[in-house]
This record gives sequence, structure tokens and C-alpha cells, in this order.
Amino acid sequence: MISVHQPILQIVLPLMAAPICVILRNAFAGWLLALLVTGGAFVASLILLVHVVNEGPVSYAIGGWPPPWGIEYRVDGLSAFVLVTVAAIGFLSMIFARRSVEAEVAADRGYLFYTMYLLCFTGLMGIPVTGDAFNLFVFLEISSLSSYVLISLGTDRRALTAAFRYLIMGTLGATFYVLGIGLLYMVTGTLNIADLAARVPEMTHIRTVQMALAFLTVGLGLKLALFPLHLWLPNAYAFAPTVVTVFLAATATKVAVYALIRIAYTMFGGPTMFAVMPIDEVLVGFGLLSMIVGALAAVWQTNVKRLLAFSSISQIGYMVLGLGLADVTGLAGAVVHIFNHAMIKAILFMAVGCIIFRIGSADLRDIRGFAKPMPITAACVVVGGLSLVGAPLTLGFITKWLLLQGALDRNWWWVAVVIVAASLLALVYVWRLIAAAYLHPPSERVAAVREAPAPMLLALVALTVATVVIAIDGSLIGDFAVVTAKQLLGSGE
Amino acid sequence: MTTAINPGVWLIFGGLLAAILPSRLRAAYCVALPIAVTGIVLGLEGGLAGRLSFLGVELITLRVDGLARLFAILFCLAAVLAALFAWTVQSRIEAAASLVYAGSALGAALAGDLLTLFVFWEMAAIGSVLLIWARGTPPSYHAGVRYLIVQVGSGVLLLAGAVLRFQETGSAAFDVIGLGDTAGALIFIAFGIKAAFPLLHNWLVDAYPESTPTGTVWLSAFTTKLAIYALARGFPGTEILIWIGVAMACFPIFYAVIENDLRRVLGYSTINQLGFMVAGIGVGTTLSLNGAVAHAFCDMIFKAVLFMAMGAVLLRTGTIKGSELGGLYKTMPKTAGLCIIGAASISAFPLFSGFVSKGMIMAAIVHEGLFVPWLLLLFASAGVFHHAGIKIPFFAFFAHDSGRRVEEAPWHMLAAMAIGAALCVGIGVHPAPLYALLPDAVDYVAYTTEHVVTQTQLLLFSALAFTWLYRTHRYPPELPSVNLDFDWTYRRLLPTAVAGIAGAISRLHGALRQGMRGLLAQLLHLVHRHHGPEGVMARTVSAGSMAFWVVVALAGYLIAYEVSR
Repeated sequence: MISVHQPILQIVLPLMAAPICVILRNAFAGWLLALLVTGGAFVASLILLVHVVNEGPVSYAIGGWPPPWGIEYRVDGLSAFVLVTVAAIGFLSMIFARRSVEAEVAADRGYLFYTMYLLCFTGLMGIPVTGDAFNLFVFLEISSLSSYVLISLGTDRRALTAAFRYLIMGTLGATFYVLGIGLLYMVTGTLNIADLAARVPEMTHIRTVQMALAFLTVGLGLKLALFPLHLWLPNAYAFAPTVVTVFLAATATKVAVYALIRIAYTMFGGPTMFAVMPIDEVLVGFGLLSMIVGALAAVWQTNVKRLLAFSSISQIGYMVLGLGLADVTGLAGAVVHIFNHAMIKAILFMAVGCIIFRIGSADLRDIRGFAKPMPITAACVVVGGLSLVGAPLTLGFITKWLLLQGALDRNWWWVAVVIVAASLLALVYVWRLIAAAYLHPPSERVAAVREAPAPMLLALVALTVATVVIAIDGSLIGDFAVVTAKQLLGSGE
Repeated sequence: MTTAINPGVWLIFGGLLAAILPSRLRAAYCVALPIAVTGIVLGLEGGLAGRLSFLGVELITLRVDGLARLFAILFCLAAVLAALFAWTVQSRIEAAASLVYAGSALGAALAGDLLTLFVFWEMAAIGSVLLIWARGTPPSYHAGVRYLIVQVGSGVLLLAGAVLRFQETGSAAFDVIGLGDTAGALIFIAFGIKAAFPLLHNWLVDAYPESTPTGTVWLSAFTTKLAIYALARGFPGTEILIWIGVAMACFPIFYAVIENDLRRVLGYSTINQLGFMVAGIGVGTTLSLNGAVAHAFCDMIFKAVLFMAMGAVLLRTGTIKGSELGGLYKTMPKTAGLCIIGAASISAFPLFSGFVSKGMIMAAIVHEGLFVPWLLLLFASAGVFHHAGIKIPFFAFFAHDSGRRVEEAPWHMLAAMAIGAALCVGIGVHPAPLYALLPDAVDYVAYTTEHVVTQTQLLLFSALAFTWLYRTHRYPPELPSVNLDFDWTYRRLLPTAVAGIAGAISRLHGALRQGMRGLLAQLLHLVHRHHGPEGVMARTVSAGSMAFWVVVALAGYLIAYEVSR
């Protein structure tokens, strides 16, 4: 049995922990606090997921004000799923973080790093929980503002400009989002998502509502780095401290995808809206472009962090594509890829973190032959990479399978061709990583290093093993995604 | 749900274990594991088992019927022989990869649905490419990459076909597929790549000779035989296969005759033998299907013996070029003898295994009244003898004396070859046990007067032709030691007709390749200009232009709505 206050607990805890972290003024204490809080939030979110799956959605009225007047927290299958994803990555990143942060963040700013991390975690956990469109904006801003700071903490001087560019684009995105919500409020007079869901689908012919949707999609498109709004992402990921990259790459864009699903399917009614506004086809188009452009750019990158950042853009394309396919299997593909990509990218960026920690560079030419001194890290890169390609018996295969089904269900065989082409491109850039690891003799510098420290390896291996175990019985997560997709599509009728 | 586990899985996991075993135990383990798995395979009960559900698709991970059982036993046998042959291999990667590769092939043969087949199909590709890379030379690396691209391409086509088929029929079961729709065509091409159909065959002759002496033995046993199994299962009686098979049986002969690398000659000869099987599947009668799988069985064994003999030669002399070898029989008499048994089998001499299996295919083709294919396959049979039956043993062990006095092959290689050769003779003399294994009841007698006489005549005249060419110095006599212009000499001295045909084919091929290359280079350049590190898609742009794209996107959405109104 869960406590009545369970939905808000995992938001309040990290939020309160952040100022405590500042008071402590000690990096180690800050790390310990963040570890405990994220670990607690992870356990709580798991309990919540089990509860929601067994007994249906949970609603919580903040301050006792019943919705739609007060702010409602509402957790259904999809939000609990995203919640668990964010919490799991948040927790594992913290296990991974200590040594990596010591190496990549100035010592006197260590405690600030954990403060900002906790705030960012709060924001990202808040977005799936909240049932209020404006509250969602608040959480979006909490997470974004703290992530600008986190990125700027990178020791590379270019981190500062990267953070600044992200700040401009992120703020534009948030502004667009709030404009969209404002327009909807103008027409409907409510900010509660359930309430909006009851009214907006009948109003899709009104031009104001259409404007609102355009603003919302572009705003969130910026946040989730959909082509052509992806330009801020590569540098932000490449120059941020690796822990930040792990956490943001795995969760921030995924949460934005969640928000887009919420808006398109819950708020606007999904298929009924698509009949009036062809946003599904627009999303499919942008999704496919993202997939190809991101993968092509990744093929020629020499910095592994930048390579993986472009790969993220490509992978986000998969999710948006599934969203736009707007049928059960396609949407299930998008939902399942939220989790899959979070896990895969966390593995790969953590592995890069290990490499940077030991070798001090993420350039493909500098890390040649790292499989010899760092066999475990290299093995994890192989598992993560194969999953990215969508090889059978990996998480990526489940996504690819569902998306292919979705595309063929709509008789868009050319979409299926693009999906396959994109995964072949993924094979090319993953191949460059694996070739660098195994097929070159290590230079003297590389041969002299040791395997990464135990806590970093622990997080990396735990994630890798988890993905393999989950993938082998792919039906568990796949069936859950299909059920969730059916609920989302059903709510639009 | 029954929980029967596909024995391929044991071989794969056991193979991974081989990588971490201490090297003293590894050799014995690598032989013992396939023997144990053979025991499991022999004990399998017929029927469907290991049912799983993957996102609404029913998977049958284990299917045992006559056809699957035959190939499962074949793959186990091949794994045992090859592991014995590779006894002294030190590399843990090579040991593990070869067992994983064999396990994948075994798993695929026992897979009851297309998805399970696809999983094992891809794992076989990964396992086998590691064997090619195991040689560690730059050419083997590049050949491996090309090989991997082709194999993964085949896997992707198979997956695409499987998805389409599931969409259309609601089932992913792997039964007779046929060429009726897009799904069937995609799967057909996927199988065709692995079966080395003409124009899709290059990976085979490209990659096999680049592997290690032992790796090539593994490679020759599994991939193409798996494809034959898949074709026999999915496309029996597909008429186009007859003509594809005939083409496969005929065209490699020209290449094989002018090739200097003896393992590459065997690569071409593999395609030639596959041609007989593919044609047999295309005919589609009970007799021809039985013949095709029986020939796959025999071919695996005698081809393994030949590749092993060449592997032993490569191991001892360090070269496998026909122009640098010769006269080895003086110091490697046992290898030479066993190689000749393999050569006699591939040439289908009476009393050797090729005779009893290839005869079935030929008889079925005659029975169906397919005169032209029969004639062409007869020509191909004579050609086999020419390039595989005589050329391989002759140039390696006899011909001019190269002066090399190397040691006899190590005991384990001799043992593996001896077992293989014994099987060749055993099956040739007493084919009943093989016939009993075949999927359908066999009503075929190999040793009729007519069959024996025809085949012996064919072989004798072929031998006569070789001897005449050799005596009249139309076949190159003492080969020049400079192997660079070896090919050139070879072509000039061959009968002009053959040279003309081969030259024309290779020129056409060269021109096609050149054209495709140019096209690819241009395309690559275009993509690199836009997506390369300095390209417009990948460079860092100013905040202003990013904001500009935001406006463009917003306008895009608004226009999309406006248009749809």
C-alpha cells in the first residue's frame, strides 16, 4: 500500500535537498545527499509504477485544493514509466558521479554541482507527475535553468558558450510553450490537463487553438532537439561535464518527448486532432529528417561525445516518428524508446566518462585500442552500441520492431526503408567506436592506463546488465508500451 | 509453454565460456563441447517446442523435423571436425568466435520462425567475421568489413521480409514461403546472398581465402549450407532456382581455372557445388530435394577435407599460391593422400560421396525432362573435376617441384582430415545411412550400370582433356616463380575461347565496378560536404541562425495547418 502523499514526495525531497546541499558547502556531503535522495526517489517511483499498473492512475491535489481549481498531480502508466526511467538514470548517474565530477569540475564548485543536479532532477521528475499545464512549464524551467548551469561547469572554455547558446534556445522554447498554454487558457479558461483534454478536442477548428498547438510543438521541439531545432545540442553535450551529459542525454530530451505525447495525445486528443490538423505527418517528416541528418553527421565526428550527441538527435527522430505514426504499434515504439534510449545513451556516455577519466580525451584517435587496458568498459560500449543499431536481443530491436510494424500498418513502406537505412547508418558510427576499441593496437599512453574505478564501473555494468536482462524478455516492456499506447489512443475517442 | 531450449544456445554460451578458459584446457573443451551438443541434438524429439511470445508474435524457437535434424547433425559434425583441426589455435577470440558461429548456424537450422532465424542469422554473421579478422592482416581486415556489410545487409533484408510477412499473414512461422509477394522476394534475396547467388557471390571468394588456415574450414562449413537449408525450407520448387543453380554451377569454373590462390579456387568450387544444390531445390521433386540436402551433407565433408588440406599446406609453407607450391607430396604424403580422397569425392568418382548425392540431383533433372539444365550441369561436373579434382592436389602436391621440404601436417589436422575422408569413402560405398537421414523416403539406387559408366566416362574424358592440355603445354608447364604475371601467363596459354569469355566477363565486371565506384564516390563527397565536420549540418552555428530556424519551423507548422484546411 502506498502513502497518499507518494506522488509529491519524490518532487519535494530533491527540492528540499538542494538548498541543504548549498548549506553543507562540501562536495562529498553533497554527493552523499544527492545519492540518497535520488536512490529514495528511485525506490518510490518503482513502488508508484507497480501501484499504477495494478490499480490505475493516482491523483493528488496539492494543498487539498481539488482539481481543476488547485494543482493536480496525476500519475498514470506513462508518467510512472517516465518517472522510473528518470529516477533510475538519476540514481545510477550519482553512483557514477563522484570520481568523474572530481576530475571534470573545479573542486570549489563541487557542492554547487550537486545542488544544481538535484534541482534539475526535481524538474525532470516533476514534468511527468504534474497534471497541470502551467505547472509543467514551471518544472520545465527548473530543469532547464539548472541544466544551463550544469553545462557551464565544464572545464572546457567552450562549455560556457555552449551553455549560453542552449540558454537562448531553451528560453525561446519555454517561451513558445508558455505562449501556447496562454492561448489555450484564453479559449478554454483552464490549465488542468484533464480539463483541457475534455474541451480542446472539440475546438481544434478554432484558429487560436491551432496557433497554440504550433507554439507548443515548436517549443517542445526545441527542448527535445528535433531537426531543425537541434543545433544547440551537440556542443552542449560535448562540452558539459560527462556526468551532466549522461544525465541530460538520457533524461532531458526524453521528458520533453513525454510532454509532447501528453499534449498531442492527452490534451489534443490524438487521432481526432490529426484528422483536422495533419501534425502527425509533419512529425513523421521531421522525425525522419532527424534520424537521417543526425546519423549522417555522427558518422564523421571524431569526438566521441559529439558523435553520441548527434546520434541522440537521430534517436530522438525515432521517438517523434513513432509519435507521428499515431497507431498502437508506432506509439508503443515511441514510448518504449523513451526508456530504451535513456538506458543506451546512459551506458555509452558513462563509458565515455570512464574513458575520459583514464585517458583524458574523447577523441577517436587518442583512445585507439582502449579495449586492451579497459576490457569491461569496452564490452559495455559494444552492448550499448549494438542496442543503438537495433541488433536482435537488444533493447533497440524492440523499438525497431514496433516502429517497423507501425509504419507498415499505415502502409508507409518508404518510412520502413528510412528506419532501416537509419539503423544501418547507426551501424557505421557505432562501428567506428568498436573499431577504435578493438581493432587498433593501443598507443603507449593508452596501454598504460587501468580499468575505470570501481564505482563508475559498477554503475556502468549495472545498467548494461539491466538492459540485456530486460531485452532478452522483450515482451515485458514491449507489452507494457502497447497497453500504454492503447490507453493514449483510447483517450482520444 | 514447453521450455525446450534450442541446442544452438548451448553451443553459443559454451563458446563464450571458451574465451575465458585457460589455454591448456581450451583445445579439449572446444572439441568436447560440440560432441556433447551432438548428443543433445541426437536426443531431440520431433515436433515444435520452445514457444515464446514476443510482442504478439508467436515464436517457435525449436523445431525438429527431418530436414532440420539432418542439418543440425551436419553442423554438429562440422563443428567437431573443425574444432579438432583447430586444436592448437592459441587465440581465445578465434576459439570462442568459431563455436559461437557454429552454434548460431545450428540454432538457425532448428529455428521454427523467421524472427528466431533472423537472430541466429545475424549472430552467425558476427561470429564468422571475427574468424576472418583473426588473421590480423590488413587485407583480412578489409575483406572482413566488406563481408560484414554484405552479411548484415542480408540480415536486414530477412528482417524486412519477416516483418512484411507477419503483417500480411499474421504469422512469422518459417515454412514454405514462395516468391508470391514482396515479403517472399525480400527473404529470397536475403537467402540468396548467403547462398552466393551469381552477382551476390563476391563476398565468398573475397573473404574466405583471407581467414586463418583454420578459420576458412569453419567458414566453409556453415554459412552457405545454412542458406541451402533455408532455401530448401522456404522455396522448394521455385523454378527460377534451377537457372540460378545452373549459372552458379557453370560460371565459377572459368574463374577457378585462372585463379592462383588455391583457397580461392576452393571458394569458386564452393559456389559451383552450391549451384547443384540450388538447382536441385528449384526442381522441387522429392528426389531432387533429397538430392540437394544429401549433396549439402556430402559437400560439407569433402569441402572441409579440401580446405583442411589447403590449411595444412598454408600452415606449413606459409603460402597458398599455386605458382609457389608443388612437389609437397614428398614430405606431406598423408595430407596429399587425404586431399586426393576429398578431390575424388568432389569430382563424384564412383565409390566416393559426391557420386551418391550429386547423382540424385542429376537423376531428378533428367526425370523432369529438363534437357538444357541437365546438359549444362554435366558440363559443370566435368569442370569440377578439372579445377577442384585435379588442379588442387596436382598444383599443391605434384606438378613442378617447388623444392619446399616442409613437415607433415600436425596429428590433429591429419586426424580431422582422416575422419572426413573416411566419411567420404564410407558414404560413397554404403550410402544407406545417409539416405535414411534424409527428410523423405529415398527410392534411389546410385550404383546402376548406366550411372557408373556415364560418370566414369565423363571423368575420364575430362582427365584426358587435362592431360592433353598439360602435355601440349597449353596448360602452363613449369610455372614461373614470379607470381605477379602468373595470371597473365595462365590466361594466354588457356584455349582462346576460355580466355575470351573470362576476359569479357572480367572487363564487363570491371567497368560496372568502376561505374558504381565513381557514383558512390560522388555521392559520398556530396554527403560529406553537408554532413562532414565542417558541413552545414554539423558545424556550430550562431544563436541568431538557430533562432531563425525556430521561426522557420513555426511557420512550417502554421502553413501545414493552413494548407490542410
